[in-house]
Amino acid sequence: MTLDTQTYTVTRADLVRYAAASGDQNPIHQDEAVATSVGLPGVIAHGMYTMALAARAVATWYPGAEVVSFGCKFTNPVVVPAEGGVEIEVAGDAKPGDDGLTTVALTVTCAGQKVLGMPKAVLRA
Amino acid sequence: MPVDQSLVGRTFPPTAPHAVTEEQVRDFVAATGGEYAGGPAPATYPFVLAFEAMNSFLEAERIDLFRIVHGEQRFAYERPVVPGDVLTATLTVASLRQIGGNDIIGIASEITDDAGALVCTASSTVVHRGPEA
Repeated sequence: MTLDTQTYTVTRADLVRYAAASGDQNPIHQDEAVATSVGLPGVIAHGMYTMALAARAVATWYPGAEVVSFGCKFTNPVVVPAEGGVEIEVAGDAKPGDDGLTTVALTVTCAGQKVLGMPKAVLRA
Repeated sequence: MPVDQSLVGRTFPPTAPHAVTEEQVRDFVAATGGEYAGGPAPATYPFVLAFEAMNSFLEAERIDLFRIVHGEQRFAYERPVVPGDVLTATLTVASLRQIGGNDIIGIASEITDDAGALVCTASSTVVHRGPEA
């Protein structure tokens, strides 16, 4: 079953706020000079920020469902510009299992490129 | 400098007890554009604990956080995190390999409540970008 694609905008201000809320103050998510010094194309979103957006989409599709497992690879960085923001699209396809668990295979893209590798959530839904 | 291979299999001391509050969960949800309406914390919230454990590990091993990029993350949940939980994370180094001047570090943090029950296992692969990579 195809789920309604969710679109979210990420700004640098969001990353600063997320850094404070999560404790992850890695400067590559806030400081252009540090990010480029380690070979990154610019300030990138926390992988966990993008994964949190994927979780937000799952919670929108299945309000109140208990998540049993959730995982992904971080395959491409989400570069966040100094001005404005960048859009993340979260698409999902759900397969109910006969064990009472539903597996949601996600596709998370930024500017048409996949940014998470095989993101998947298993729910008791 | 590459990360010390003898770290594989080592378990680090648990993080200090972390009391999860509604305010913390609300801030976390708001940071990703959502609105917290009570109930369990979001699925990625346990990473707050796992990150604390990882940061202590990096500091103990004198690894610069700014050279760390997240490669992979998995959570296996026993139950959701809820405000009022008092949690600690205990990190074990699961694997370590070097590729092209980078260290690929596999770590697993077991997040337990104040009764000692497992809440969630957070497994991460992080890439430590070497200066000459």
